[in-house]
Amino acid sequence: MTTTISIPTVTGAPLATGVAARVRWAISDTLTVTKRNLIAITRIPEALFFATVQPIMFVLLFRYVFGGAIHPGHGINYVNYLMPGIFVQTVAFGAIQTSIGLAEDLQKGLIERFRALPMARSAVLAGRTTADLCRNVMVVIVMTGVGFLVGYRPTTGVLPYLAGIGLILLFAYALSWGFALIGLSAPNSETAQVMSFPLLFPLTFASSAFVPLADMPSWLRGFATYQPVSVVVTACRSLMLGGPTSHWVFQAVGWTVGILIVLPPLAVWRYRTRT
Amino acid sequence: MPYAIEVTDVKKTFSGKQEVRALDGVSFNVEEGTVFGLLGPNGSGKTTAVRILTTILKADSGSALVLGHDVAKQADLVRSLIGLAGQYAAVDENLTGRENLAMVGRLNHLPKSYVAGRAKELLDQFDLAASGNRALKTYSGGMRRRLDLAAALVARPTVLFLDEPTTGLDPQSRNDMWEVIESLVGEGTTVLLTTQYLEEADRLANTLSVLDHGRVIAEGTPAQLKSDLGATVLEVGLHDNDDVARTASVLNAIGPHHPNVNGRVVEVTVDNGPRDAMEALRSLDQAGITPTTFTLREPSLDDAFLALTGHRTEDGDGEDGSEAKGSGGTRDRAGQPESTPIPVGGNR
Repeated sequence: MTTTISIPTVTGAPLATGVAARVRWAISDTLTVTKRNLIAITRIPEALFFATVQPIMFVLLFRYVFGGAIHPGHGINYVNYLMPGIFVQTVAFGAIQTSIGLAEDLQKGLIERFRALPMARSAVLAGRTTADLCRNVMVVIVMTGVGFLVGYRPTTGVLPYLAGIGLILLFAYALSWGFALIGLSAPNSETAQVMSFPLLFPLTFASSAFVPLADMPSWLRGFATYQPVSVVVTACRSLMLGGPTSHWVFQAVGWTVGILIVLPPLAVWRYRTRT
Repeated sequence: MPYAIEVTDVKKTFSGKQEVRALDGVSFNVEEGTVFGLLGPNGSGKTTAVRILTTILKADSGSALVLGHDVAKQADLVRSLIGLAGQYAAVDENLTGRENLAMVGRLNHLPKSYVAGRAKELLDQFDLAASGNRALKTYSGGMRRRLDLAAALVARPTVLFLDEPTTGLDPQSRNDMWEVIESLVGEGTTVLLTTQYLEEADRLANTLSVLDHGRVIAEGTPAQLKSDLGATVLEVGLHDNDDVARTASVLNAIGPHHPNVNGRVVEVTVDNGPRDAMEALRSLDQAGITPTTFTLREPSLDDAFLALTGHRTEDGDGEDGSEAKGSGGTRDRAGQPESTPIPVGGNR
């Protein structure tokens, strides 16, 4: 396929004909928007806080305040039990920033400008979720460091640990698209935040992230066992601490891929049609 | 001369709690290289028209062409030819001026080296060179609007859409903005601008359409429109309610226009401002009436609406123009300063 690009010597933006140029520009648009969002994180104090201080606070809170009261059993100490859960909970909470950020872009009129530009329709959302992925990489690095400082000792070795981290990042990326959809559906950033919490609280707290499922009432246990956050946490726990692995990893990847198949097209459709 | 913008019978209704017919069969044409003004109060449909023409919104029916390309069917092509700036199209507060321009340039798929040079050029042109490396959060309202306009120009668009480019700006910034827009037109860019200010339309636009409730209620050159409206308005403020009726009859005698009573202010359109004003003062003196204010001013958008529609500008949340007429407060909402006379630039 040939690519023709007319360089704007006088006026207007260049035009692409052909699939190759379109794909190349979609990627370049996504990277441009990603860069914009990453710059913003370094310049918005709250964003930096959510990326660094909040994860540390959660680790310390559960390790030292609640940790003493929770006994996971099976001879596992609570720090080791906790850390995979905290990882997933933190990146899930971080995804709220996706919905708030997009709602703000809409509110301030930035999306209006983007929609009048000849850029790929998916780039605003893909750029936002990619920036979130980069932020989450930093978050898990910070948390791994803090985890080690408070006594976290994964037992399976480096590669399974990295596989667990990879699974968390992929799941977080999928979640970002869900929260992008919320951000695009909210009338303003405050509402986007309010709309995010009712989804996030049951997912992160009615899960195996912090407490063993055995301690929950049976009506809750069913939901808590099979919902995506629990599945991903359990898969990570088995990757990082040992135990039956493939079954849970398979389910976790299933949830993640499923979300990625359904939500991104829905979010892009919402972006195109929102008035 | 070919048309840069052709709008034919465009309709758009927003559904929701209350159905709003934003555009009710709007048509207008804009010649290449000219400035076209869409004049109207809040809620008249100006922004909706701009959003349809800039491919952001789809019309329910009718056709809209930019440089001969259908905005709905050839959206990407249209997007590569236009620029949009204004009250609702924003720039990123967290980025610096330079970063904003670079981002828009890259999203227009212009080469990096070109974008860097173009950003510098625009920062210089818009008097923002010194603040180019500061985050937009630190910019004043006027600086932000200038950068917003600069961002719309990165890809050298052939057609530029400016949605209320000066709403909310102080007089100095507004004047700066006008000069910038005028220089653009000198370079051959076609400009469509929306405004609530008759003064702005008069200064910048070659032709204009007046919108009210999603319909074009008047069109033509600013001079034609002004002559339809009468040249000047004489406004007499009174201390005493009892003087209102007598003043009205005194002003009515000047003719040929009939005065309007607006609280304790009586206003009348006059054909020869200074002479009629002197006559009015003499007659008022003879009648023993001493006004508290006596102003001769150019017609405002409010006057235009009164003349064209029989009701004053409103926010669209009430059909009853006579009620708004009595309050006198609606003029503030339309953004027209009441006390200062408005200079109308004679030659553009």
